[in-house]
Amino acid sequence: MKPPPFEYHAPGDLGAALRTLAEVRGKVLAGGQSLIPMLNMRLTAPEYLVDINRVASLGGIDVTEAGVRVGALARHSEVERAGAHPLLTRALKLVAHPVIRNRGTVVGSLVHADPAAELPAVLAVLGGSVRVARWEGHTQVVRDVPAADFFTGPMESAVQPGELAVSAFFPALGFRTGDAFEEVARRHGDYALAGVCAVVTLDEEAYVTAAKVACIGVGPVPVVVDVSEASGHCPVHELDWAEVGRLVQSAVEPEDDIHASAAYRRHLVGVLAERALWKAAREGAAIRGA
Amino acid sequence: MEHEITLVVNGVARRVSVPARRLLSDCLRHDLGLTGTHVGCEHGVCGCCTVLLDGQPVRSCLTFAVTVDGRELTTVEGLAGPDRLSPVQRAFAECHGLQCGFCTPGFLCTVTALLAENPAPTEEEVLEGVSGNLCRCTGYQNIVKAVHRAAELLAEES
Repeated sequence: MKPPPFEYHAPGDLGAALRTLAEVRGKVLAGGQSLIPMLNMRLTAPEYLVDINRVASLGGIDVTEAGVRVGALARHSEVERAGAHPLLTRALKLVAHPVIRNRGTVVGSLVHADPAAELPAVLAVLGGSVRVARWEGHTQVVRDVPAADFFTGPMESAVQPGELAVSAFFPALGFRTGDAFEEVARRHGDYALAGVCAVVTLDEEAYVTAAKVACIGVGPVPVVVDVSEASGHCPVHELDWAEVGRLVQSAVEPEDDIHASAAYRRHLVGVLAERALWKAAREGAAIRGA
Repeated sequence: MEHEITLVVNGVARRVSVPARRLLSDCLRHDLGLTGTHVGCEHGVCGCCTVLLDGQPVRSCLTFAVTVDGRELTTVEGLAGPDRLSPVQRAFAECHGLQCGFCTPGFLCTVTALLAENPAPTEEEVLEGVSGNLCRCTGYQNIVKAVHRAAELLAEES
């Protein structure tokens, strides 16, 4: 249970970090709360490790009307305390345990892209993006990758060798919009067997104008399902959310593993989607004054 | 390759030479001889190795010593005052919040930070606060009692 040897780099600023990454194409160490367990268990053995913890410019949370931009070194606990985005804050409380959240980073969770993790689902349902930088020639080149293209497979993101995810952007929720995150895990703080986060927007007559969910633990990447059409035909209090839940259920293809069968996961998605959509709609109606 | 680092552990600057892959838990125990920090699972589940990094609880088995070069650490050895145990330690003793004691250093560090941030936690906040620490002896009831008792002691003594 000790990490394999690696060559260690600890650049002091972003330029140095990008140049190092361009040169050695190493694995990036930020919070290390997923990477170090994998190293300890020898599930991975990178030749080079680039520790970005000394790159002060990668910290911080930038809140604007459009949304929240979270730097690569912003810890889960820091973002949770800032409370700048209701769905992000809600999801962070479900990520591991408080002590893990003191080190783990939001951007790190996105890049790690665990199919059962909460934060990728939040980015996906909001249609956020991840800003990725690399060093090319004598300058840094930046690209923004939308959530839909960012998660490419289980534990795989669009970040290429030599690149660094420098921040993530979570778009703000609009007016009369509620959100919810429902999941089932064997123990509090564990990765979820299945989970659903929902964002629901209502109009002045309490009709649903937009409803979207992202499901975790039931596919290689977060499964986003837009159910606006299925939930917009009658006022929200008359809606049969169970029927909408079944629609979400039919959109996922979960697999069996040691933790749960595919059938059980499919069942959970139906129940959790119904619950999350109902809660998000209720919140959208109550808090934001529909 | 060895890296020269300085860790301020329990108020004392300690200079040490470690390979980059040295876990903070192993650095504390083997390089600095501070064996109060226990190592259970070494993948972040059990919480035994929890120490305070600039006052915040972190898993020392999920942190490289080189990453925290120059930072301040408090281990279980640094919790007690010069004359007697800290309020949290006394509360654990008083409430029988430990049996075999293996998980105790992690609990003590976690709870010390929890009460520093939230001096009067609710039952739910205590449960959430210690949810990342495993204890196979006590059944947790006495640990939860100890946290509330520690909050009382801290309030009395402040």
